[in-house]
Amino acid sequence: MGKIKIEKKDIWIDMTPMSDVMTLLLCFFMLTSTFLQPEPVKVNTPNSVSEVKVPEKDVLNILIGSDGKVFIGTDNKNDVVAMLQTVTDKFGVKINKEQLKNFKDNSSIGVPLNMFSAYLSLEPEKMAEEIQKYGVPTDSIDGGMSEFQEWVAAAKEANSDMKIAIKCDATTKYEVVKTVMSELQDMNENRYQLITNLKKEGE
Amino acid sequence: MAKKKASKQKKKQTRVDFTPMVDMMMLLITFFMLCTTLSKPMSMSLTMPANDQNLDKQDKSVSKASHTITVYLGSNDKIYYIAGLPQYDNPECIKETTWGKNGVRDVLLKHTTEEGINPVARILMAKAKLDERKSALGSTMTDEQYKAELAKLRDGNVNGEKIPVLTVVIKPLDTANYNNMVEILDEMQISCIGKYVIDKVNEDDKKLLDLKGVK
Repeated sequence: MGKIKIEKKDIWIDMTPMSDVMTLLLCFFMLTSTFLQPEPVKVNTPNSVSEVKVPEKDVLNILIGSDGKVFIGTDNKNDVVAMLQTVTDKFGVKINKEQLKNFKDNSSIGVPLNMFSAYLSLEPEKMAEEIQKYGVPTDSIDGGMSEFQEWVAAAKEANSDMKIAIKCDATTKYEVVKTVMSELQDMNENRYQLITNLKKEGE
Repeated sequence: MAKKKASKQKKKQTRVDFTPMVDMMMLLITFFMLCTTLSKPMSMSLTMPANDQNLDKQDKSVSKASHTITVYLGSNDKIYYIAGLPQYDNPECIKETTWGKNGVRDVLLKHTTEEGINPVARILMAKAKLDERKSALGSTMTDEQYKAELAKLRDGNVNGEKIPVLTVVIKPLDTANYNNMVEILDEMQISCIGKYVIDKVNEDDKKLLDLKGVK
């Protein structure tokens, strides 16, 4: 009789504009961003006023951690494999298919050659942990080239346009940087890109 | 009658629910935000002298003493300089300075050569004028032209006049850190110094620094 009828309203919200905005944002992120390269150690680069862009390709990244460990990597997988072949042939390290696949997935070089084979047999999760303990040795072998130099030479052989970029932690002692640079100079590699963060002038 | 019935179609609602799509978009955006970097790192080019011994001798001692500043980078972010060539028997020629505008930049700016001019100040003044011309309204200067002009200034060609330029020898000690090195290279860029070199600390330097008590 006296019942109050509550009219049920349809509470439909139109999601189309929201979807539009999201698509826009997604496009923006996809176009402007580059994927993070996995790196064996975390490196905080120093700030500088320099505004030169890092070259897009053919870059040999030399990563120096704050504890002075040196790692090598490139963006081009083919070059890395070519480097691996050159170096392993020279030092007689045998690499099987499984290990090669592991190496391709984890493209940083940072283990002394005598443990290379054992390192590549590890599971991928273990490899990322293990690599932090080593780094490429920079001591010369019997007065000749060091392993580090061998790798750089192999990289040059794989791709002669390779440019050297040094990415080094701000707190790294100059001693380590000096060793690395001096070894590169010995090989007549005198031009480097030092990777830095942008800083505003006057800060 | 039958005809009429057929024409009376029931209108269906053609609304599509976009909520799942929005959900998916959110997920994708979160993924991209976490897995990518927005800012591309910058870099600075550095050219080191070759380690070749023969080359070294040729290039050495081309600059006059008063055109040279030697900078030592020590531990704990300390910075020392010698105006002119190091006098290896006199530790008092090493002076300590600080980083930044009032420290090493000021030293470079105020350095006076034997001709009685301040090369860095002169070049920076000319650079300021060049910047003004570049950013002036209706300026047609291209980046290439600007760079060529800047390179000329670095070589000491200011307004058609050749002035001597400063040579900076940077000697980071083993105890200095990488940040110091990048900072001093930065100063070179800010002060528009074309001739600088990163050199190793040799035995004489070591003795001198020991005398001064620099670590």
